[in-house]
Amino acid sequence: MSTVNVGDSNELGAWRAAHPELFARPLAERWRNRLVFLALLAVFLFGLWWIDATPARLLYGSQRLGFLIRLMLPPSDGGALGIYINALIETLAMAFLGTALSSVIAFPLGFLAARNIVPNFAVHFAFRRVLDVLRGIDILIWALIFVAAVGMGPFAGVLAIAVSDLPFLTKLYAEAIENVDRKPIEAVQAAGANRLLGIRLAVVPQVLPVIVSNMLYFFESNVRAAAILGIVGAGGIGLQLSQEILVNNWDQACFIIIMMLVAVGVIDFISRRIRAWIMGAR
Amino acid sequence: MPAETATQTARLDAFERTYAAKQRTMRLQTLVVGVVLVVLAFASARMSEFTLDGLVSGLPDAWGYIASTFPSLHWATLGADLGAWYWAFPRWTELLAETVLMSFVGTVIGSVAALLLCFSASRNLIRSTPVYFLSRRLLELARTVPDTVYAMIFVFAFGIGPLPGVMAIAVHTTGALGKLFSEVNEDVDIRPLEGVKASGANWPTIMRLAVLPQVLPNFLSYVLLRFEYNVRSASVLGIVGAGGIGEELYLSIRQFDYTDISAIVLLIIIVVMMTDLTCEAIRHRVISKEALRFTS
Repeated sequence: MSTVNVGDSNELGAWRAAHPELFARPLAERWRNRLVFLALLAVFLFGLWWIDATPARLLYGSQRLGFLIRLMLPPSDGGALGIYINALIETLAMAFLGTALSSVIAFPLGFLAARNIVPNFAVHFAFRRVLDVLRGIDILIWALIFVAAVGMGPFAGVLAIAVSDLPFLTKLYAEAIENVDRKPIEAVQAAGANRLLGIRLAVVPQVLPVIVSNMLYFFESNVRAAAILGIVGAGGIGLQLSQEILVNNWDQACFIIIMMLVAVGVIDFISRRIRAWIMGAR
Repeated sequence: MPAETATQTARLDAFERTYAAKQRTMRLQTLVVGVVLVVLAFASARMSEFTLDGLVSGLPDAWGYIASTFPSLHWATLGADLGAWYWAFPRWTELLAETVLMSFVGTVIGSVAALLLCFSASRNLIRSTPVYFLSRRLLELARTVPDTVYAMIFVFAFGIGPLPGVMAIAVHTTGALGKLFSEVNEDVDIRPLEGVKASGANWPTIMRLAVLPQVLPNFLSYVLLRFEYNVRSASVLGIVGAGGIGEELYLSIRQFDYTDISAIVLLIIIVVMMTDLTCEAIRHRVISKEALRFTS
């Protein structure tokens, strides 16, 4: 322990001399941070070069983008409002059904993936790894696969949403189940209930709010996802959007984008209200 | 004594009545919610052409399709079979590297933009309501339009290639991270702000010296999570011509090159899992280091 004379005119200097590590990071750490920063910067600059982000190209593209935005305004439905509304409802239906299917299937799977319900390490570990693998596949890839397998249309979209959500929801449910309080389970079992009744009366009430809340989040995100699945032919408003962009009807493309934004906003608002209601009711 | 029993019975009766009433409303609520959900499910099934028959025949079809993409590998000729399966391995690796590079550049640009916008989008850090409102709406617009839609627009403006993909990722990342960053900002300790302000600093200096040190570890954690997400979404941007492995995958599906499909999807899964693991390791390192700094 070094002593520092409090009240010294050069107090700060004395503190600095006594505890250099408080005033500056060690030299090795500083050099390492600098090297990491330089390496990341080098990768970033290489990336800019690789994607050909030359000023000339950026300028030309920005001009075209300005031109596009002028074409988008004012947005117009081009007399196809009925078709668009129908496609939007189809999108919402796909998102709803996909989320519902996925939640229903993920519910029992979540119990299987939970460490405290299935104590067998091998089962639990293998199950988790399968989920990890499935999580790497984007929803558009699932949509491509299902369109190829069951044909174009919203049915393929529903399956793509359900299957791509399944590993995420199962993992979230399993984590919620692993985090339950053990005491109610013991109480129910002490009153003479068997294992299944213990789960029903002590685990389910604890995890239900988490599950419903996650379902609502996934419904919100699925509405956004369902809006683009049409690009690969899996139904919904994305088909209309990609078609209007393909034939350069930018005012109608803008109209569809605004419809999507409004729908997403309304859904977010409603699900926020439902979530608040559920949290209040519990 | 009997009087006491009488009041006890009365109180018990009252309890039973409220309990029964509560139970009735709960049951009614559950019933109403259940009926609404079932009606919505049926309406959705009608709208999306979803039928149980379709499901029963569709799932085996889907599995048949997936199974048909698997290569035929034989133990005796394993090397040659693997070689035939991954016949375009160098090209695919390059495209995968491009995918990761795209998400890296897009994440960096988006994070910097989100960092610049997040302070003015936090209610506790900005006094001017128009600036706050404008930043919020800008971030909302950037994250609500799906990145694929941005990619389609940018492909038209900038031409086919990874550039529009990077821009789409950057814009979407700005919106998503800006919102998360501003939520972190709204929880900062206000005392350092007052300290820096009292010594006469202007607004950007206050943000730099009083807010940034508090929020940086959280920001870094969100950036890493976003990078993982972006690698996944960059793998499909090629479908609309915005670079990366997606276009190759789309082509192989379109041209019925079955074994190519499984080869590419497997490579995507491996790359996504590797990024997840790397980012998780970095995140744990950063978090544990910060935890040490606060306790010492």
